[in-house]
Amino acid sequence: MIESALVGWSRLQFALTAGYHWIFVPLTLGLAVIMAVMESIYVKTGDEFWKRTAKFWMKIFAINFAVGIATGIILEFEFGTNFSNYSWFVGDIFGAPLAIEGIFAFFMEATFFAVMFFGWEKVGKRFHLASTWFTAIGAAISALWILVANSWMQNPVGMDFNPDTVRHEMVDFWAVVLNPVAISKFFHAVFSGWMTGSIFVIGISCWYLLKGRERKFALASIRVAAIVGIVGTLSVMLSGDSSGVQMAKYQPMKLAAAEGLEEGGKGAPFSIVPGVEIPNMLSILATHDIDGYVPGINNILDGYTTPEGEVHLSAEEKMERGKIAIEAFSEYRDSKDSNPEEAAVAREVLEENMEYFGYGYIDSREELVPPVGLVYWAFRVMVGFGSALLLLMMVVLWAERRGRLEKMRWLMWAALLSIPLVYLAGQAGWIVAEVGRQPWVIDGLLPVKAAVSSVSVAAVKTTFFLFVAIFTLFLAIEIRIMIKAIKEGPKVDVE
Amino acid sequence: MITYAFLQQYWWFLIALLGGLLVFLLFVQGGNALIFLAGNTERERELIVNSTGRKWELTFTTLVTFGGAFFASFPLFYSTSFGGAYWVWILILITFVFQAVSYEFQSKAGNILGKNTFRLFLMLNGFLAPLLIGTAVGTFFTGSAFVVDKAAVADIAAPTISRWANNWQGLEAVANPFNVEFGLMVMFLALVLGALYMINNIDNDKLNGQLRKWLLRCFAAFLLFFLLVAGKLLTMEGFAVDANGVVYMEEYKYLHNLLAMPNVLIMVLVGAVLVVCGAGVTILRPQFKRGIWLAAPGTVLVVMAVFMLAGYNNTAYYPSTTDLQSSLTILNSSSSEFTLRAMAIVSLIIPFVVAYIAYFWRQMDKKSITTEELESADKY
Repeated sequence: MIESALVGWSRLQFALTAGYHWIFVPLTLGLAVIMAVMESIYVKTGDEFWKRTAKFWMKIFAINFAVGIATGIILEFEFGTNFSNYSWFVGDIFGAPLAIEGIFAFFMEATFFAVMFFGWEKVGKRFHLASTWFTAIGAAISALWILVANSWMQNPVGMDFNPDTVRHEMVDFWAVVLNPVAISKFFHAVFSGWMTGSIFVIGISCWYLLKGRERKFALASIRVAAIVGIVGTLSVMLSGDSSGVQMAKYQPMKLAAAEGLEEGGKGAPFSIVPGVEIPNMLSILATHDIDGYVPGINNILDGYTTPEGEVHLSAEEKMERGKIAIEAFSEYRDSKDSNPEEAAVAREVLEENMEYFGYGYIDSREELVPPVGLVYWAFRVMVGFGSALLLLMMVVLWAERRGRLEKMRWLMWAALLSIPLVYLAGQAGWIVAEVGRQPWVIDGLLPVKAAVSSVSVAAVKTTFFLFVAIFTLFLAIEIRIMIKAIKEGPKVDVE
Repeated sequence: MITYAFLQQYWWFLIALLGGLLVFLLFVQGGNALIFLAGNTERERELIVNSTGRKWELTFTTLVTFGGAFFASFPLFYSTSFGGAYWVWILILITFVFQAVSYEFQSKAGNILGKNTFRLFLMLNGFLAPLLIGTAVGTFFTGSAFVVDKAAVADIAAPTISRWANNWQGLEAVANPFNVEFGLMVMFLALVLGALYMINNIDNDKLNGQLRKWLLRCFAAFLLFFLLVAGKLLTMEGFAVDANGVVYMEEYKYLHNLLAMPNVLIMVLVGAVLVVCGAGVTILRPQFKRGIWLAAPGTVLVVMAVFMLAGYNNTAYYPSTTDLQSSLTILNSSSSEFTLRAMAIVSLIIPFVVAYIAYFWRQMDKKSITTEELESADKY
């Protein structure tokens, strides 16, 4: 018997690791591009100022990079340690992107990071610049493959269930890689990293200006970061738009939860906050049609038919068909050697109902609804802070270009205080993506409770608190080291 | 004709290769284990940290890729061993996690715990990581307590396929002396490789002399455990698989495997000679610094041979002592033919990856690290 406490702690441990990992990764993604742009300017102009500017941000990058790696390795192995059933049930598809990530991206990052950091005196200028860009590209490629893997969990494609091996098996590699959810997710996540890096650089640079130090360095950094950040944020919005359409198509329950939409319909409104709505806006966002049909939570649970005539079963019907699928699987296993005819029939029944296999593990319709309040507010934090930060970067860039930034102390304070907001927006985005898809580890096919390892609750609790302590310690040390390094400053202007 | 069976063998070969490269790259751990033993002064310790510190990410990446490749090619191992021997893998991960941050944090102002604490983390990882990994690999020959029942998926209340048969969750591996001896062998090998690497990579006569002393001690300990493990391995019962996939115990199974696969025998012999020559010549000739480049290919060959002994020639590479028929073989635990084929195409990039790593390695390590360099250049 799988204990619900085990499911809860396993889920919490993974969420903890992923949440911490995403504190460090976006800064790596964004800062890598910013410092690569700075070094490119140095190589093009030969101006040592840009080299020293890039080197300062590289120092910050390196402090952050190490903790990202530390949390990342735990994440990879937790698929096995805490979700062993998952590892077998879909390892045939899910393992491949992880291996490719290692072969293509991690080696690139590891090799070129060392050259970037220690190679200034050992390799030529252009060679070094290429290494910095390859570090940035390696980071982005690594994001690509892990997001391909994640997107497959949200929208499983390119596979068939094999009852003989008791797992899903890949039948179309390119369908997995080019999963539309993966493409949107990749751009959304990577560009949100650009946004994080930019807000970070702008905020720190504004702090220098507020303190009246490192003026030239700060203004130059703001210029580069704001441009990277604005491009990044606009791209986040574009990819977010296509993510919304895909959510409506593939994970309507997640969208309904994100909107707190109990009863859907045509021309659905978008809720800004409870009680304040924009008419028809949700339909526009979800379907790109002012009168598009968007189902609500109750519609999904009760079953509904789209205006195009597409029938969606009720929760109870899906659960029933899921149980039929699991039973047919069991019958197939029992009869495949002794009674091939019976096995053939069972297999047919299994295939007819396979789409609902995961629902067979669900006990009640309530289980199928993710925590609505958390997802609803996380969505608002993500979109609200994201939009505000875009506005902030545009104003900062305008003020910097007009030479007014240093007179607008409120703006510099706002930029500095925005640093935690960009992290909150990023975390909120992942809460929408991951909490919003509960109870599924693989949408419709495997709920979290059927995916966990058979480990004692005490063991998972122990490792959970151990990781809380370790990651928090690392975060505290990282922040303290960064603050010290920032206070010490790049000393670029005086040289 | 590339058959499913060929692809399974090919992927086991790649796992063996990655395993070999990983053990070679454990020179980083071996070097760190010597921080306080061979490094007597602050400058010497700084040289050690900066020597291994320029390569640690490669070791780390190889470990991650090793895990990823195992997941992609033999997912039943991933789910059975990681989800079962929970504590062993968690401990290994924790030591690596502390290592990952320690390089960057140790010399930075504001690091809260102080320089020596982070160096202690590096040292602990240096000893424990190879010891634990070695102990875990030891169970490839002695077996572990687990049951695999794929039909459990139909049990709605308890659908877990792989279950560990005791509450020790992998810690029981230390109760078998062979596993511990295997772990100690890998640990001393890492120390030998670490000393050899730093003798080549650091240009400092005093430290060099101290490293050579530790090389002698560690090499002697390694040889002792190597001979012990080899003796036991070649005389122990092994987990054989018949044509129907039935697992049974066979006397002298690993000796039989060695004799049945002459290529593997040659790999072991050539590898062992290279390791012995690498360490031996460095010990005997004070001016010789390139021992690592003999020991490195030797290590890769021997470790690959160990994996081949465990998995090839109808052998269960991850045996179950609780239920013999639950044992994992490269046939019953691999990914589908389609996935192995797709991943085999992807694996064609590996020589290119190895080539660019080698090229940049050469670029970065053309000159050995000196104390002068640490005063002028970027450092940890």
